[in-house]
Amino acid sequence: MEKLLLLGDEAIAQAGIDAGMSGIYAYPGTPSTEIMEYVQASEEAKANAIRSIWSANEKTAMETALGMSYAGKRAMVCMKHVGLNVAADAFINAAITGANGGLLVVAADDPSMHSSQNEQDSRFYGKFALIPILEPSSQQEAYNMVVYGFQLSEEMRIPVMLRITTRLAHSRTGIKRMEARQQNELRLSSNLRQFILLPSIARKQYRELLNKQTQFEAASLASDFNHFYEHPNTKLGIVACGLAYNYLIENFDQHQVPYPLLKIGQYPLPLDLMDKLYEQCDEILILEDGYPIIEELLRGMLNKGKKIRGRMDGSLPRDGELSPVIVGQALGISQSAGGKVPELVKNRPPRLCDGCGHTDAFLALNEVLLDYGRGRVFSDIGCYTLSALEPLESINSCVDMGASITMAIGAADAGLVPAVAAIGDSTFTHSGMTGLLDAINNSSPITILILDNSTTGMTGGQTSSAYGKVEDICKGLGVSEEHIHVIKPLHKYHDENVEIIRRELAYEGVSVIIPRRECIQTLNRKMRQKAKLKVLETK
Amino acid sequence: MKKDIILAGVGGQGILSIAACIGMAALEEGMDLKQAEVHGMSQRGGAVQSHLRISTEKIASDLIPEGKADIVIAVEPMESLRYIPMLQSNGWIITSINPYNNIKDYPDIELLLKEIWKQPHYVTLDADAMSKDCGSVKAANMVILGAAAPFLGLKPESIEIAVAKIFADKGEDVIQLNLKALRSGRAYTMKNI
Ligand SMILES: Cc1ncc(C[n+]2csc(CCOP(=O)(O)OP(=O)(O)O)c2C)c(N)n1
Ligand code: SF4
Repeated sequence: MEKLLLLGDEAIAQAGIDAGMSGIYAYPGTPSTEIMEYVQASEEAKANAIRSIWSANEKTAMETALGMSYAGKRAMVCMKHVGLNVAADAFINAAITGANGGLLVVAADDPSMHSSQNEQDSRFYGKFALIPILEPSSQQEAYNMVVYGFQLSEEMRIPVMLRITTRLAHSRTGIKRMEARQQNELRLSSNLRQFILLPSIARKQYRELLNKQTQFEAASLASDFNHFYEHPNTKLGIVACGLAYNYLIENFDQHQVPYPLLKIGQYPLPLDLMDKLYEQCDEILILEDGYPIIEELLRGMLNKGKKIRGRMDGSLPRDGELSPVIVGQALGISQSAGGKVPELVKNRPPRLCDGCGHTDAFLALNEVLLDYGRGRVFSDIGCYTLSALEPLESINSCVDMGASITMAIGAADAGLVPAVAAIGDSTFTHSGMTGLLDAINNSSPITILILDNSTTGMTGGQTSSAYGKVEDICKGLGVSEEHIHVIKPLHKYHDENVEIIRRELAYEGVSVIIPRRECIQTLNRKMRQKAKLKVLETK
Repeated sequence: MKKDIILAGVGGQGILSIAACIGMAALEEGMDLKQAEVHGMSQRGGAVQSHLRISTEKIASDLIPEGKADIVIAVEPMESLRYIPMLQSNGWIITSINPYNNIKDYPDIELLLKEIWKQPHYVTLDADAMSKDCGSVKAANMVILGAAAPFLGLKPESIEIAVAKIFADKGEDVIQLNLKALRSGRAYTMKNI
């Protein structure tokens, strides 16, 4: 078969389609977004009726996928690393229920925080949940791991995690496909209590999970994704996980590493192979693109064994993603260096697009806040977070999705009145609604701006679960109608908008102001798609 | 044959189309390739870059090591200079001279060009004007691709096939516009080096 030129994310999506998954569930988040987008655009997926609708958040996505697994079909759930925090309750407990149909959880980490608020390592979650983890070193391996992961999940009756990082997700290469497999038939578990986590059942299930650990480890030992390379120079032994393997071999002529090398792509770790490496070599270097998880385990609390090198002893930087140069330096291999960036070159940070409605909303808010003083705007995560930077400098917080409304409640409780929350439409349905209910029950003196651009802008314009529903949700949660205002964030309505915001800030209860204007990028894309359809029609 | 290429520009300027064309041409010739893109935050008027590696041998890392790139292809002059640390000492810079000025301290274009012309090897061209001459300013990125083409070690036919494939669903007019832009960029380089 001809190779397809695919991003890592797309390879994962294509593999899911080929492996007979019946549904994919996800909430957008860089660098995982393109997995769902690929399935949504795939004719094959359409022909096979694969479910591919964005979920309201990662927890609902995880649970929906678990429901599909319950019914015996294969489901994939995708999220960025911090999404796993949101899905954690469902994720950890799904390890206790176990799977029926294959269940693959794709967690996309972002070391170096290219577009995230932290660089947490999802392998910790996998280990915490006591489930097998797959970590590819290439896009082709990612493809193969999806196919294998579904099999493993069904064989071991356990959710399997596929952990990827930004570089793998967003790097494109030629991918060889495997033969497509049929989807599973509807088939319930023979044990209809498997998914009832009442303590009496959960205890039994948990013990089963613990017992399965030896099977998981045996699978890791037998796995093609873990490989021990018997190389002659035993002064050093190297453990290279996922992508770190590529950075390592990049440093050697013909990719020939002289040291014994354990390439890791499947966890739990194959202890026999770890032991073999440890016994053979004088020192061990651990290369992990993420937190030093293996390194910390191998060192132990007291670090009294052999010399273990990695992120914890300074051989590698403690934070940030690895690179060929960083790995080469840890090996003492001299590295090339280019010239310096000329001083002339200035930074070009991301910013709100020219003409974005968020700008007009914040200009109005800024004007009103002149009366109250700065430092009272709790924001959320989305394009509007860029209003933190010049020239607007409107907001004072951005922590996790949904934290705007709830932090405003707390600050108002402490006496910061009025407090303002700014949240996007997609973020509002992701995890702002429960906070709004708290505000209502608390009668908090806060004003909430739900910045409704009818899309999930930050991640590239995916359909927002909030579309067409924002006012009704607010009313339903108990915001009184005279304190809900839809405004048009345009320069020509500036004075009007300022007046409305001023009035609601003065009101000592919950108000919701909804600046509504479609994201320009999404609007443009829709127009381009229309033009494209026209071309197709005239063909 | 192995080429390590840095593509540089500002979000929305079409460097990913350039990357896709080179990638597809390399695949057409049976080469291995890896192309790392940056998505997300940096797409909105921020600096964007992509690492593209093509080789007849197997490629290991998705990232090009610093000081190892053979070519920087830029659709914006200031962005071309940002990646000098990636470029090897005898590498080439291929860049448009058309500034994308969306920051308040954007440097004087004359100074920027002087800085580029200080580098050992470069091709600088007015891609916007050349693209306009081909029918629309929208194909400036293909002018740049054309100008870079002689340095890529790929057959001109493979690149043309790739361009036609990439723009296939946009209609015949768009394909022809882009091919014309591609050829004019190539002709410029062939005449000037
Ligand atoms: C838990 C979690 N999931 C996903 C993301 C990625 N993400 C950041 S902002 C955002 C959505 C923003 O949409 P919206 O709130 O509508 O604001 P807009 O960008 O459209 O202005 C997403 C999905 C994240 N940061 N955290
Ligand atoms: S992508 Fe849309 S919401 Fe985001 S800054 Fe641009 S116009 Fe505004």
